[in-house]
Amino acid sequence: MLKTQVKAASQTKHEVINGAEAVMQAIIGERIDTIFGYPGGAIMPVYDALFDYRDKVEHILVRHEQGAVHAAQGYARATGKMAVVFATSGPGATNLVTGLADAMIDSTPLVCITGQVPSALLGKDAFQESDVISLTMPVTKWNYQLTDPNEIPEVLARAFYLANSGRPGPVLIDITKDCQLKSFEYKGYSPCQKVRSYRPKPIIRPKYIEQAAEIINSAKKPFLIWGQGVLLGGAESELKKFVEKTGIPAAWTILGASALPTDHPLNVGMVGMHGNYAPNVLTNQCDVLIAIGMRFDDRVTGNVEKYASQAKIIHLDIDPAEFGKIIKPEVQVWGDCKETLPLLIDSVHPNQHREWKAEFDKLARSEYEEVIQNEIHPQEGELTMGEVIEVINELDQGNSILITDVGQHQMITYRYAKFTQSRSKITSGGLGTMGFSLPAGIGAQVGLPERSVISISGDGGFQMCLQELGTIMQHKIPLKILILNNHYLGMVRQWQEMFHDNRYSFVDIESPDYVKLADSYGIPGKSISERDDLKDGVRQMLEAEGAFVLEVHVTKENNVFPFVPPGASVSDIKLK
Amino acid sequence: MKEYTLSIYTEDQIGLLNRIAAMFTRRKINIESLNTSPTEVAGIHRFTIVIFSDEDAVNKLVRQIEKQVDVLKAYYNTESEVIWQEMALYKVPTNVIAEKVQVERLLRAHGARVVVLRKDYTIFEQTGHREETDKLVSILEPYGLIEFVRTGRIAIIKASSGFHDKLLEFEENSLQRDVLKTQEA
Ligand SMILES: Cc1ncc(C[n+]2csc(CCOP(=O)(O)OP(=O)(O)O)c2C)c(N)n1
Ligand SMILES: [Mg+2]
Repeated sequence: MLKTQVKAASQTKHEVINGAEAVMQAIIGERIDTIFGYPGGAIMPVYDALFDYRDKVEHILVRHEQGAVHAAQGYARATGKMAVVFATSGPGATNLVTGLADAMIDSTPLVCITGQVPSALLGKDAFQESDVISLTMPVTKWNYQLTDPNEIPEVLARAFYLANSGRPGPVLIDITKDCQLKSFEYKGYSPCQKVRSYRPKPIIRPKYIEQAAEIINSAKKPFLIWGQGVLLGGAESELKKFVEKTGIPAAWTILGASALPTDHPLNVGMVGMHGNYAPNVLTNQCDVLIAIGMRFDDRVTGNVEKYASQAKIIHLDIDPAEFGKIIKPEVQVWGDCKETLPLLIDSVHPNQHREWKAEFDKLARSEYEEVIQNEIHPQEGELTMGEVIEVINELDQGNSILITDVGQHQMITYRYAKFTQSRSKITSGGLGTMGFSLPAGIGAQVGLPERSVISISGDGGFQMCLQELGTIMQHKIPLKILILNNHYLGMVRQWQEMFHDNRYSFVDIESPDYVKLADSYGIPGKSISERDDLKDGVRQMLEAEGAFVLEVHVTKENNVFPFVPPGASVSDIKLK
Repeated sequence: MKEYTLSIYTEDQIGLLNRIAAMFTRRKINIESLNTSPTEVAGIHRFTIVIFSDEDAVNKLVRQIEKQVDVLKAYYNTESEVIWQEMALYKVPTNVIAEKVQVERLLRAHGARVVVLRKDYTIFEQTGHREETDKLVSILEPYGLIEFVRTGRIAIIKASSGFHDKLLEFEENSLQRDVLKTQEA
């Protein structure tokens, strides 16, 4: 039994309803407007209750439960709001696991509700019974099994609160079928405000702000790296103010992308394995490194032993377990950066670091000459991924939301796509889940129907969740789908070329005719492989009324550079 | 590698043991001993877990444990910072023991006592440190020790002033002092 002190609901009408109805009441009470789901035996009472709420909540019928979680992720990351996932017991629930793991590692708020066999059958190997609580424990921020309908309002309130407070994450609530069916005296729904054992945010202690400010004020070569924490905290304008006041060059992790526009003069690009040259090299020359809402992932740090060891590190994070997990900070500023950044802004001196910034510009120029130019403006040969992205930049001026899959096209997109607005680049960063892009794109487009949303996949990853074309067809989702087809599992091929002596072991992947495939779902499409057709093709996609599939055949054996080879230091980043 | 005793204060939740155990599994840390118990505060549970680890790893682990929603507080201590005990039961054949051992002296020497005395078997109980309960095993083995079982460690942190005050801070959301032992570290 839960022992919380949630106050009784304000209105005290005591109606008798069943558990499934209470689930819907909670969803309405939380102002959830979108559910991604798939029905089945053990969740049927909830679907039955949902039937009466069709005008209040939009339910998107996906084609696979993994797609439902990714869609809810795309929805949350594009809108900042939460969506709910419904799935049935057994296979329905196990199909959620990849998505949950992805949401967990990328701190994405969502609530999954799974049906479960009747409580009398728990532990008896009943039809479609699986131990969902144990299965999802390591990939959820919190999970709970409900067998008593009286607990439903309070537990769901807690689920929504936990998922979207503090460091967000996925929460799963498993509800036995008898619990959904049983009637109980319903006392109303009230959102949860507090869980006593859980501290989403600390009391901010000025001591650490002062220490941080002092270090920043005396820095000669300060450098800032921000991560998704800035987006999750909604602290984009605070970040901008901070860098503009201090004049500190700022770079982003893949999940932090788009918090500051690409054309901001102090935005010096992406860090990490395929990040930009200057921020990687200069990580090892700065004297102070300010890390905001990021967790020093190994794809960011390269060899940790040789990572910024010369610098004093100031780490701002909402999750205290991140302090020193990978890199030991000099000062740890614990708190939501939405609250800590303004305090820091007040305590730092206005500054400009022109000479230091010029070092970034210089390295950026050599990266442009040696890598970027050939990638985005090749003069001859087959099409490159980079030039496709460049055409998108040109035609949409960085206004679309780009959702990528995992692989070379992902890195290329992050390297070259321009963006003007926050939350306009979404990818599976921590887990690197191929198949993410199409369903996540669906979620983002459903959440922001007015925006242009482009799902970008490789030929490999697209084939992992392409069943969701059915969802797009049925719900008339105007998602733009770009497949960058290099006829390979490109990223793996690149590693085989570089580290396994060109032994291309099972990376040669065949594709169906994507235009015909799209056509069979009633989605228009086009396939191009000539430079002369590129701009028209992209324009046709962008201007399409509804969904559109654009396949672009690109050169087969391109490698993504720059590259921090595994085990190397970030400053040993290779340009070729 | 050093021995650390973890004291974890939690809500009373089904599955929490699982969640906590998984954190050790994931890091390939062996749990030497585990005990769950009520505390001086009604409704608050205490896990006492013993592991061998280095300070850096245990520090990080404890932060991750404390992050779990239903965990209120987690501490780690070296052996000298806690008072600890384990209890053991020993089942021996009564006839052999009565014939060959000076039972009273043995019990006295080891601070053990008889819990059950039957014609066919006798059960001794001893409480103490690991070496002490191990010692008695080696003494009883030659006399046909039938069964031996030992509890997980229970430990009290010398410097702790109990959980009542801490809980108040949680209730009031006013964790000022000792917000995170680990933050200062
Ligand atoms: C589910 C899953 N399986 C395997 C991988 C390993 N993996 C990473 S990138 C990649 C190749 C992706 O190929 P493709 O989708 O064609 O993209 P490209 O690299 O060619 O742009 C693979 C297999 C993964 N990230 N996710
Ligand atoms: Mg490919």
